[in-house]
Amino acid sequence: MTSLALQGTIELGIIYAIMALGVFLSFRTLNMPDLTVDSSFTLGAACSAVLAVAGHPWLGLMVAIGAGFIAGNVTALLHTKLKIQPLLAGILVMLALYSVNLRVMGGRANIPLINQTTIFGLLAGNDWGPLIIPAAILILLILLLFLFLQTRFGLILRATGDNDQMVRAIGGNTDVTILMGLAIANSLVALSGAIIAQYQSFTDISMGVGMVIIGLASVIIGEVIFGVSSLLRRLLAVVLGAMVYRFVIALAMEAGMPPTDMKLISALVVTVALSMPAIRDYLVERQKRWVTRPGGEGGSTDAEDK
Amino acid sequence: MLRINNLSKTFNKGTQNEKKVLKQINLTLAEGEFAVIIGGNGAGKSTLLNCIAGVHSIDSGRIIIGNHDITNWPEYRRSLLIGRVFQDPLMGTAFAMTIEENLAMALAKGKSRGLQPGIRRSDKRVFRDRLAQLGLGLENRMSDKVGLLSGGQRQALTLLMATIVRPSLLMLDEHTAALDPLTSQKVLQLTRDMVAAENLTTLMVTHNMADALAFGTRTLMMHEGNIILDLQGEQRSGMTVETLIASFKQHSGQELINDRLLLS
Repeated sequence: MTSLALQGTIELGIIYAIMALGVFLSFRTLNMPDLTVDSSFTLGAACSAVLAVAGHPWLGLMVAIGAGFIAGNVTALLHTKLKIQPLLAGILVMLALYSVNLRVMGGRANIPLINQTTIFGLLAGNDWGPLIIPAAILILLILLLFLFLQTRFGLILRATGDNDQMVRAIGGNTDVTILMGLAIANSLVALSGAIIAQYQSFTDISMGVGMVIIGLASVIIGEVIFGVSSLLRRLLAVVLGAMVYRFVIALAMEAGMPPTDMKLISALVVTVALSMPAIRDYLVERQKRWVTRPGGEGGSTDAEDK
Repeated sequence: MLRINNLSKTFNKGTQNEKKVLKQINLTLAEGEFAVIIGGNGAGKSTLLNCIAGVHSIDSGRIIIGNHDITNWPEYRRSLLIGRVFQDPLMGTAFAMTIEENLAMALAKGKSRGLQPGIRRSDKRVFRDRLAQLGLGLENRMSDKVGLLSGGQRQALTLLMATIVRPSLLMLDEHTAALDPLTSQKVLQLTRDMVAAENLTTLMVTHNMADALAFGTRTLMMHEGNIILDLQGEQRSGMTVETLIASFKQHSGQELINDRLLLS
């Protein structure tokens, strides 16, 4: 891999890590499979692109955060107030947002941002600009999330995914924690989409397809490789997981896979990541059987005794 | 302190499986009263507690705690007045969070849950002192995840969480039923001490006849959605497990055929 490709991979990893943090919040912290992500990513990208074309790239990021917040709110309300299953609520909002996204994009299926001012204009001329700006945003977000998840509200938000019955028993309103949790999660996802749009100077209506899977892959890869022992470690694991995922994709491209195969590779990576715990258990079991089989390592000491 | 008027609850109303679980229950608990509810399976004990806690909506009746008519309050709001410990040791705590985080959430009951720090240094001192009183050594494991604790330790922790902000009503739903006999006695002893120390108004459900007479100040026996026996004072202190079984038979017109009740 060339150093340019390497830098590009890290840049993408950083931007997608913001999305993965959102998925971490809904899937892990709230324990809710939120499929809104696929569309709120595009929603953020659409807001970002439209406002960048109008000459307000930073405002585009802010509006994306707000739009993602509202999208998350809608999913949460469908679940908490109308009692629709979380999975279905997410799919409904994902579907509805497809039309909303097209409206935001003015009826076009894609918006090119060639020669437009983007947030990366801030460090124009600096080769490290596309790395520094998203990295600064990511570090700020990790810090904010880390502090937020230890506030009084943050504690009951985390407990909601663990045991919602217990949260209500100590006087916490789980409807509110789910509402805020999904809203913040989708804000992060939309922000990630908004940065990607300006980073690649292109927004496409279908760019969010499979995003929830990529986010989940990042979360799980991070957990398996880097562990879950403390809150800060969990957050950093998500970021590192997103990086690893990008590297796997980059290596697949390097090996000559066409870009059209990327969704297939994504699905394969996630399948491997999801089955990692099961595979590990299987290997441990096999190891045990190997050691305890007659004539195996376990039996050899007996043989020596004789 | 607690007043229940004509409380009725039917499950699966209007279907073939319709079941009247609570029939016009009336119950008043005075401040500091410790009532123990006993009864067979399906008597409505747990349903009564869940109706008071707001887990189930009720068909009719009123529930009043102190000066608050809580009949139409949502569950989380009732929890500001009620402390609860459940039968399942997994239900009372968040297993992936630490002991101190769990206690901090319980301590914030009734306070605004905004962006204030979740655990303050001064809170930790309170937690350490209160955990030490449990006598389980948990004060040295405050940053351990609750998932690492045994069932008995979790129930003791849940009991502490339920009482760390003094509740108007403490409800214990067979909170020792899932524990081994020795741990069960220990947790019951802790319960007795905590209730006595704070003079808590308490409603405890048990399957154990001996406990139903040994603990608290009042014994209530439920059968098919009614309170059929209400023992207090001398009448209660004169009771033995045998006379309790006999008076159950007299009041319900049925033999008390329930292995769990007899064997325990």
